[in-house]
Amino acid sequence: MTRLEKNDRLVRLGLLMIALSAISVLAIITLFIFEQGTPIMFRYGFKSFLLGQDWYPSEKSFGLLPMIVGSLMVTFGALIIGVPLGLASAIFLTEFSHRRLTRILKPVIELLAGIPSVVYGFIGLMFLVPFIRDNFGGPGLSVLAASLILGIMILPTVISIAIDSIRAVPDSYREGSIALGATRWQTVRMVVLPAARSGIIAGIILGMGRAIGETMAVIMVAGNAADIPGSILAPVRTLTSNIALEMAYASEEHREALFATGVILFIIIMILNTIANVTSTRQRKK
Amino acid sequence: MKQRGILVRDFSHYYGENRSLNNINLDVYRNEILGIIGPARSGKSTFLACLNRLNDLIPGSRVEGKILVDDQDIYGPEVDVVALRRKLGMVFATPVPLPLTIYENIVFGVRLLGNNDRGELDRIVEDSLEKAGLWAEVKDRLHTSALKLSGGQQQRLCIARVLALKPQYIMLDEPTSGLDPISTMKIEDSLRTLKKDYTIILVTNNTKQAARVADRTAFFLMGELVEIDETRVVFTRPSDKRTEAYLEGKFG
Ligand SMILES: Nc1ncnc2c1ncn2[C@@H]1O[C@H](COP(=O)(O)OP(=O)(O)OP(=O)(O)O)[C@@H](O)[C@H]1O
Ligand SMILES: [Mg+2]
Repeated sequence: MTRLEKNDRLVRLGLLMIALSAISVLAIITLFIFEQGTPIMFRYGFKSFLLGQDWYPSEKSFGLLPMIVGSLMVTFGALIIGVPLGLASAIFLTEFSHRRLTRILKPVIELLAGIPSVVYGFIGLMFLVPFIRDNFGGPGLSVLAASLILGIMILPTVISIAIDSIRAVPDSYREGSIALGATRWQTVRMVVLPAARSGIIAGIILGMGRAIGETMAVIMVAGNAADIPGSILAPVRTLTSNIALEMAYASEEHREALFATGVILFIIIMILNTIANVTSTRQRKK
Repeated sequence: MKQRGILVRDFSHYYGENRSLNNINLDVYRNEILGIIGPARSGKSTFLACLNRLNDLIPGSRVEGKILVDDQDIYGPEVDVVALRRKLGMVFATPVPLPLTIYENIVFGVRLLGNNDRGELDRIVEDSLEKAGLWAEVKDRLHTSALKLSGGQQQRLCIARVLALKPQYIMLDEPTSGLDPISTMKIEDSLRTLKKDYTIILVTNNTKQAARVADRTAFFLMGELVEIDETRVVFTRPSDKRTEAYLEGKFG
């Protein structure tokens, strides 16, 4: 074996160790969450966790349904706001704007993803919440406020992945379509978007993952009442907020119930990620 | 006297500062197959893109001179570019079926016109595929993805797709460059049939192909039209030394 080959093996070994330790830390965390969170679910029954509507930890009532519904509502609301806006921006930046503008704007948009969520939450609390309270009624702290803030927060993810997948559509498709007498917009609608569809969907699902996992900004604008919201102007509590709000003083079964909240969140996010992976590999095979 | 369909007069084209076509003058007659040959980067594809204004898509593209198609100045102010592109159907070197079914690929352009009559669409699909020599091979799987067809079938699908638009001219840019000899032969056969109803401009890298199917042949070199004449004449008694050198394989 030459010296270079030996070197190579050493580097490989080193990298392998590092990779393994990183992965095992993640695995340990996951195991820990499940180890802490599942026993109480077995004790009280899954049904009472998933479908119970009352969250009174001091009275041993651990119904998570309001939070599950809350997370889903807020996430869905974020998508209703973020996806059309994000898609429209991506289409404009790839198909209808100058290359130079796109080159400047894309990094700026990606930078928005780096703004700490507490800042988004603060802006929401200062401007959005009073605006909703004054114009639409209710406390202002609401599903609507949380959805709007999250919708804006997922924009960078949705836009930048949509841009990448629209760019990945070969120019020959566009030429072919335009040579057949299609306009640019018809070409985008009928050829480019369908061809980029799975990438765009993967981006939307990643944005969804971001929305469902976001905590700080949501706590600041959502009101956090542990009830199923009756309207989009009512306050709402999400799964992540539930953990963050109560972890400081929870003990014993209450503490376990918060871990159970984490388990449910974990499962929901796993499902979303799997869907994202499946759709994006399907895109590559095409 | 043959009828002239396209007249190109003192026509030049630029990509930014670079001239890609230099003062071209030529006519295309109705119902002929005009072959265009020439080495790489001689401006053949650019010439086709100028005829249906696909060059509009390229930033910095600029033209001088005139092109008349059926007596209309296609760079004039009142030109309907979409209609022009339907009149001059284009088939590219690499077949690019859209990621749709065979059927939807063919009716794509027709639907754009707002025609959604099922019976008529069916008729157009059969008719176009028949003319492109593909009907027998795909009639049982019209609603499967066009991307599953072989290269040769995809290219004939692209021809059918153009025919569905009822163009008057068909321009093909090295349509057989990626295909095996049998698929190539099938396409050449369809071209010979098609010229009864259409005027065909065939750009080819393969001089033998021009010799086989073109009525007249034009030789492009570095953006210039060196020579255009009856194919027989170009191949046996070229009037320019450079044509002779190219045909003998001395460059390109
Ligand atoms: N999109 C473009 N932008 C800038 N220059 C271009 C572009 N397309 C072609 N050119 C240039 O124009 C000239 C003519 O190219 P063109 O593609 O028309 O040649 P061609 O005869 O079709 O060659 P080939 O046989 O390789 O297809 C070349 O010098 C080429 O570099
Ligand atoms: Mg070319």
